[in-house]
Amino acid sequence: MRLTLRVWRQRDAGAEGAMATYTVDGALPDMSFLELLDTLNEDLLLRGEDPVAFDHDCREGICGACSMVINGEPHGPERTTACQLHLRSFRDGDTIDVEPWRAAAFPVVRDLVVDRSALDRIIQAGGYISVPTGSAPEAHATPVAKPDADRAFEHAECIGCGACVAACPNGSAMLFTSAKVNHLNVLPQGAPERETRVLGMVAAMDEEGFGGCTLAGECATACPKGIPLPSIAAMNREWLRAARRTAG
Amino acid sequence: MALVTKAGRPPSALRAAWRSTIGKKTVMAVSGLVMLGFLVAHVAGNLKVFFGSEEFNAYGHWLRTVGAPVLHHGWALWALRLVLLAAVAAHGVSAYQLSRRAARARPTGYVHRRARTGYATRTMRWGGVILLLFLVWHILDLTTGTAHPGGFEQGRPYQNVVDTFSTWYGNAVYLLAMGAVGLHVRHGLWSAAQTLGAGSPARDRALRAAADATALVLTAGFVSVPVAVMTGVVS
Repeated sequence: MRLTLRVWRQRDAGAEGAMATYTVDGALPDMSFLELLDTLNEDLLLRGEDPVAFDHDCREGICGACSMVINGEPHGPERTTACQLHLRSFRDGDTIDVEPWRAAAFPVVRDLVVDRSALDRIIQAGGYISVPTGSAPEAHATPVAKPDADRAFEHAECIGCGACVAACPNGSAMLFTSAKVNHLNVLPQGAPERETRVLGMVAAMDEEGFGGCTLAGECATACPKGIPLPSIAAMNREWLRAARRTAG
Repeated sequence: MALVTKAGRPPSALRAAWRSTIGKKTVMAVSGLVMLGFLVAHVAGNLKVFFGSEEFNAYGHWLRTVGAPVLHHGWALWALRLVLLAAVAAHGVSAYQLSRRAARARPTGYVHRRARTGYATRTMRWGGVILLLFLVWHILDLTTGTAHPGGFEQGRPYQNVVDTFSTWYGNAVYLLAMGAVGLHVRHGLWSAAQTLGAGSPARDRALRAAADATALVLTAGFVSVPVAVMTGVVS
């Protein structure tokens, strides 16, 4: 396959960036998108140019590091992470645009690499449970109903990649935050911090400069882990409940 | 996150709620539902035009005498107007602040643009502005009569309605605005349900269907009046 890549190049956070055009020959349909970038970088290194910087780690779709917007869609046309996106999703001769996540809360570090620590700070504001220290508790000491366990797990699948923010027309982190809040709030282990968790995490989310939610639904379409849009409604419910309780 | 110190008074719960994006969305949802409730009553009242001028004018008169003799002439109507004015202001201020916030949240856009979301969702902000402008014209046209074509007569709403919809621009502006109302309600009602926490995967289809049906019935009801005047059913 012969593919033309238009990639966002930016030296550092303060520098002006621009799209640069490259042609990659000899790409194979079975290659992952990151392998395409590896191939491009090898060419660039051999030519004595700077390789394209991009985040990657597990390359098996579970770490959420590979963050890039491909042809206007976070993680590209398939509902998966960029590392699990294969070139068979493109046609020979295609021109593909590759850009970093765009959000004020995700400053570009270099090329396609953005700083996503804003999501970590949201987690720090309530994405934990309090447990007594000592040996591990007996597994059946706290029964969890099967539907609750399923709901918690559905939300625990969030890998914090930030695709929801990148896709949102408002740059909102509501889907991410709702996944983290719902994951713990439906479990008995999460009950002691149920109110402070949602209030704290939503306040931290606003503090980081993410936009508000207009329920456009782009986030849920982009999410590689399939966190559903109604999770946002579930978090709103938790937030309203907590706001009433702390007020009254 | 922040440690609560005993010395300073913590911000009131209401203040904290208003500062939050979810709080502002809650204000938008509640004020939107208030306005939607008014629209449902409004369209029901409009449809009385099909029962003739006497009944329609009597209905307009009743709106001013409702609550009597406890309330003075027009007081109930003015109370409703104040509630609606507050709802419009709260809705507009929240929308403006959230729009500004959204613009700040993505200072650099994508080079590769593509059509995002549905038409109703994309047009919420400008659609809202269009509706506000329509509202100003609509009040000047049929409430105060300032911008009314022909002789406006207080207490004769039937004739006033026929006058307005006998002009091409009256029809054009009205039909455009009613299209905007339909689109706004279509996304707005479903959205309000999500904001107020009524959404769930099991209920999603029903909520979307309810919002679509409400928008459709509302728009059809409003549009039927100018169409009736244009076709001569109401004259």
